[in-house]
Amino acid sequence: MDFSFLSDDRYDFLGAFWMNVQLTFWSAIGALILGTVLAAMRVSPVPLMRATSTVYVNVVRNIPLTVIIIMMSQVLYTQLGVQLATRGERGFLATNNFRLAVLGFVLYTACFVAEAIRSGINTVPPGQAEAARAIGLRFTQVLWLIVLPQAFRSVIAPLANVLIALIKNTTIASAIGVAEAALLMNTLVENEADKYMAVFLTIAVGFIILTLPVGLLLGWVAKKAAVKR
Amino acid sequence: MSSPASVPDRPAAELNLGEQVTINKPATTSDTRGGADSSVMIGMYDVQKHFGDLHVLKDINLQVPSGQVVVVLGPSGSGKSTLCRTINRLEPIDSGRIEIDGVELPAEGKALARLRADVGMVFQSFNLFAHKTILDNVTLGPIKVKGMRKAEADKLGMQLLERVGIASQRDKLPAQLSGGQQQRVAIARALAMQPKVMLFDEPTSALDPEMVQEVLDVMTSLAKEGMTMLVVTHEMGFARRAADRVLFMSDGEIVEDAEPDAFFDNPQSNRAKDFLGKILSH
Repeated sequence: MDFSFLSDDRYDFLGAFWMNVQLTFWSAIGALILGTVLAAMRVSPVPLMRATSTVYVNVVRNIPLTVIIIMMSQVLYTQLGVQLATRGERGFLATNNFRLAVLGFVLYTACFVAEAIRSGINTVPPGQAEAARAIGLRFTQVLWLIVLPQAFRSVIAPLANVLIALIKNTTIASAIGVAEAALLMNTLVENEADKYMAVFLTIAVGFIILTLPVGLLLGWVAKKAAVKR
Repeated sequence: MSSPASVPDRPAAELNLGEQVTINKPATTSDTRGGADSSVMIGMYDVQKHFGDLHVLKDINLQVPSGQVVVVLGPSGSGKSTLCRTINRLEPIDSGRIEIDGVELPAEGKALARLRADVGMVFQSFNLFAHKTILDNVTLGPIKVKGMRKAEADKLGMQLLERVGIASQRDKLPAQLSGGQQQRVAIARALAMQPKVMLFDEPTSALDPEMVQEVLDVMTSLAKEGMTMLVVTHEMGFARRAADRVLFMSDGEIVEDAEPDAFFDNPQSNRAKDFLGKILSH
């Protein structure tokens, strides 16, 4: 197989994969925060919060991610004029598209994070929350100090799955022109039409290199962090 | 001693823990059953509670004076645990009124949390915070609910752990302790809030037999020191030795309300005779 494109200066493989890493990093942080909030709302004593969270999760997780990402660009930016970067600055479009893509990934991935955390909350024995209430902690304290720390430890493995899915999902950012690995692959497919096999193999191996350590590392962390009962 | 000597065997002493761990000393002693002039620590008035079609608490009226130790007995399913759990509103009631130290239990929110801080609770399954060390279990309430500084809370926590005899385990996690040790930590955790009342919901039922006594010893010493206690238990020996008063529940009602000796030696109702016949015959 001919991998000669790897040393071709026109193709910035490291830069492209670095873009996927950056998309993943910011999206993962945002999704973890939003997902935790959604999960907390889901178990709150206020019916309106529970309903809001339930509706959000069930609507958003059922929309194809490609649709969400294109909506970010076409509806949010083009139609509604929402800008996430300063117009006129150098690289405005690239920055704006990057941030719109991150927003889309956060909104989408948060649903799966929320469901994972909710299942984790269900593994915490009800007596833990009862004991916390009995010493006078308020609902948010019970959740933040007692329930969520234990829930998180039991959902590290499922969250690793969500993270791996997110890493691969970042390729969809190419739909709105973010210069990541899948966009580079499209370019290669056009320019190096005789080397399809090598092109696909390169991109696939690139993602395995990104995802495999994540799975192994978080699997190890999950074992270490498990709450002994 | 500030209390009148109406109950000579129950001195209203203070816990020997230094100044800040003084357990609320009962203002009056406590041999009267809901007498209007003694200060009522736990008051339940016309309390009703259903689980679906099951009427688990029927017309409960109960006044526990400050400093009294009440043991609640009864067959399983008689509503005794539910009664205990309604007192700090872990179980909401359908109708009626519950008061702690003259203050009605608020419905929800901050006011309820504040009131719960005054009511210590010990559970059958210990419910120690599984991800926190023994010392952190005890100090969490004082720090997060009362805003105590960590150093001060640690000092208080160590005094309480020493009192229940497990200071050396301070840095372990709950799962590394035996059941009896865990339950003693749970008692220390409740005491750290300096509660006015302690509720015990079958505190020894989940323990191996050889660990029951160490927990009962701690409870007995608490009772001697004048803590107001409501104890749901099957430990008849503890009821006889440490209680001022025995309530016998059956089918959601308080069927008998008597002093321990009177209850055990001369039960009035058939249901109580039947119950005692079953548990004391072997």
